[in-house]
Amino acid sequence: MSPNAYLVLSAILFSIGVLGFLIRRNVLIIFMSVELMLNAANLAMVAFSYANGNLLGQVGAFFVMVVAAAEVVIGLAIIMIIFKTRRSASVDDQNQLKH
Amino acid sequence: MVSLLEIVIPVEATGLFSYSWLMIAIPMLVSAILLLGGKATDSWGHWLGVLGVLGSLAVALALWITMLGLPVAERAVHVSGFDWVSVGNLNLQAGLLVDQLSILFALLVTGVGSLIFIYSVGYMAHDPNRRLFFAFLNLFIVAMLVLVLADNYLLLFLGWEGVGLASYLLIGFWQGRHSAALAAKKAFVVNRVGDLGLLTAMFTMVGLFGSVNFTDVNQAVGSASTTWLTALGLFLLLAACGKSAQVPLQSWLLDAMEGPTPVSALIHAATMVTAGVYLVVRSHSIYELTAAASLAVCIVGVVTLLAGAWIGSTKDDIKKVLAGSTMSQIGYMMLAAGIGPAGGAFAIFHLFTHGFFKANLFLGAGSVMHAMNDDTDMRHFGALRKVMPWTFVTFGISYLAIIGIPPLAGFYSKDHIVVAAWEQGWYFGLLATLGAGITAFYMTRLMMMTFFGKKRWAEGVHPHESPKILLFPLIVLSIGAIVLGVVLNNAIQYWLAPPTGGHPHSAAWWDIPWQGWVTLLVVLVGVGIGYLMYRGEISYEQPHTINPIVYIGRNDLLADQFNDVVFVRGGGAAAAAVATLDDVIVDGSVRSAGSLAKGIGGALSKLESGYARSYGLTMVIGAIAVGVVLILGRLA
Repeated sequence: MSPNAYLVLSAILFSIGVLGFLIRRNVLIIFMSVELMLNAANLAMVAFSYANGNLLGQVGAFFVMVVAAAEVVIGLAIIMIIFKTRRSASVDDQNQLKH
Repeated sequence: MVSLLEIVIPVEATGLFSYSWLMIAIPMLVSAILLLGGKATDSWGHWLGVLGVLGSLAVALALWITMLGLPVAERAVHVSGFDWVSVGNLNLQAGLLVDQLSILFALLVTGVGSLIFIYSVGYMAHDPNRRLFFAFLNLFIVAMLVLVLADNYLLLFLGWEGVGLASYLLIGFWQGRHSAALAAKKAFVVNRVGDLGLLTAMFTMVGLFGSVNFTDVNQAVGSASTTWLTALGLFLLLAACGKSAQVPLQSWLLDAMEGPTPVSALIHAATMVTAGVYLVVRSHSIYELTAAASLAVCIVGVVTLLAGAWIGSTKDDIKKVLAGSTMSQIGYMMLAAGIGPAGGAFAIFHLFTHGFFKANLFLGAGSVMHAMNDDTDMRHFGALRKVMPWTFVTFGISYLAIIGIPPLAGFYSKDHIVVAAWEQGWYFGLLATLGAGITAFYMTRLMMMTFFGKKRWAEGVHPHESPKILLFPLIVLSIGAIVLGVVLNNAIQYWLAPPTGGHPHSAAWWDIPWQGWVTLLVVLVGVGIGYLMYRGEISYEQPHTINPIVYIGRNDLLADQFNDVVFVRGGGAAAAAVATLDDVIVDGSVRSAGSLAKGIGGALSKLESGYARSYGLTMVIGAIAVGVVLILGRLA
C-alpha cells in the first residue's frame, strides 16, 4: 500500500495548523492549531510505520501523544491564569516579551 | 689566549673551613635578635651588634691564619651548601668560596666594620633608634659577606641585593627628613639599573655555559665566542657601574651622604661601593678574553676618576667632597681592574688601603660634624686643628695617605695603578696622573678650610674634641693608613696571584719607578695650588659663580638635570606615546569589537516585536528553508 494519500492528508492538516497558528488571535484556537500540527505529524509517522513494516513510527506517535497531553495540561493552566489576570484571550495582548 | 688562564679549582672544605658559614650566621643571628626583640633590646642592643661583627671578624681571622699555613694550591676552599635551584638543565648549589680574594674582603668588611661599629656606639648615642641602626648594620655585614663569599653569581646577586637593601635602609635611616627619604629612594632606583646588568649577565651565562658557578664559568669561557664574551663583559660592567657609582650611574652616591656618617664610612666608602670592583676582578677570566669590554672598564674608570675629582674640587659640604673622592678612587680601582691580570691585584690593593684611609676620613668628618652641631658646610669650619688635635692628626695622616705621600698606604697602592696605566697607554697614564694631582688639590682644600685658617664658626657653636670611643677607631684606622702600604706592597701581589690570574713582579717598598716620581711631583703641585688658593679669607656664604667648571661641579656634573631631561621627561614622553598607541589601537580594537556586537544586537532586537505570530512565522520560514536545503541537497 502506498502511504501517499495519508501523507497528503497529513500535509493538508499541517498546513491548516500552520495557517491557524499564524492568522488567529484567540489563544485557544492557536492552541488547537498546534495540536493539529502535532497530530498531522503523528499521522505521517503512523503511515511511514505501516509502509516500512515496523513499529518505530507508531512508538514515536505514542510519545508525541503523551507529550502533547502533558503540554495541554500545562498550556491550558497558563492560559487560564493569563485570562484571569488580564481578562483577554488574544495573543496580541501578550506582547511583553519584546525589546 | 686560553693558555694564559690558570683556572683555580677549589678544594673541598675540611676542618675549620667547614665552619666558614659562621661568619655570615653570627651577624645574621644578631640582626634577627635586634629586629625581633624590639624595644626590649634598646639598652644593650648596640653592644650585641658590636659583638656580632667582632664574632664574624674572629672567624675571618682564624680562617685567614689557617690559610696562611696552607700551600698555595689548597688556599682556595669550597664549602658545600645545599641544592638551591634545580630547573631543567640548571642545577645550582649554594656554596661558599673562601679563597685569597674573598678572605681579604671578609677581613676588610669585618675589620673596618668592627671599628665603625664601635664608633657608631658613640656617634649614635643620642639617637632613639640606635638598636635599629645596629640591626641594619649587621644586616649589611651579612649581605656583604654573602656577596664576597658566594661561589656563584646567583648567590652573589643575593648579597648584591642585600647590600642594596641595607644601603637603602641606612641612607633613609633618618627618614623623617624629606631629603634622606628621597636620597634613599634614588640610591635604590639607580642601583636597579645596575642590577639589570647583572641579571642579564647571569641569563647570558646560563645560555652560554649552562651554569653561573664561578669555577664552571672560568672553565667554559674559552669555548665562547668573543662577541658574547664582550656582551657579557659589558653587562657585568653595567652592574659594577651601578653598585660602585661609576659614570654614568654615579648620581646616587652624593645624595647617599644623607645617611648617618658611619654609614657613609662603611657602606658608601669602604665596602659596598667597591663591590663593583670585586665583581670585575672576580670575572677576570671573562675580561681577559675580550679586549673591547676591558677597554670599556678602563674608560669608565678614567672618566669616573676625573669626574669624581671634579665634583670633589667644587663642593663645600665636607661629606660630599669625600663622596666625590670615593668615586674618584673607585675609578682608579676600575681602571686597574680593566687593565687585566696585571692590574687586578693592584685594584684590590688600592681597594683595601682605600677602605682604611677613606673610612678614617669619613669618621674624622663625623667627628668634626659632632663638634660643629652636625653642620657639614666647610665654610663654617676653620681653625679646628687646635681644638680637635686627635681628629686633626688622624685625619691628616689619612689625608697624606689618600693624596699619595710616601711611605703612606695610598702612595703604594695608587702608584702601582698609575704605573700599570702608563704601561696600558700613555693617555691612561697621563689622565691617572692628572687625577692624582686633582686629588691632592681638593683634599688640601678640604684640610685648609676645615683645620686651618680663621674661625668661621656659626654663633653658639663651641667645638670640642670628641669622646674616646670616637677617637679609638680613628687612631686604629690611621695606623692602618700608615703601615698597610709598606706591609702589603709586595706580599699582596703574590697572595692575590691565583684568584686574579696575575703574574707578580717583585717590588721592594723603596723601589719607585719614574712614573711614581712624576705622580709625586704632580701631587705636590696640587697641594701647592690648594694651599695658595685657600690660605686667605674664605667667605661664610658660598659665593655666586658664573665659572662653568665650578657651576657644573657644584651641581654634580648636571647628572640630575641630565637624568631629568633624558630619562624622566624622555621616558615620560615615550610612556605617553605608548599609552596613546595602547588607547587608540589596542583599546580601540577592543572597544570597536564591543560596539560592533552591540550594533548587531540592536538591529536584531527590532525583530523582537512581542507578537507570538511573528515569532511563529520566523520559525516556519526557518523550517521551510531547512526543508528546501535538504531537498535541494538530495536532488543535487
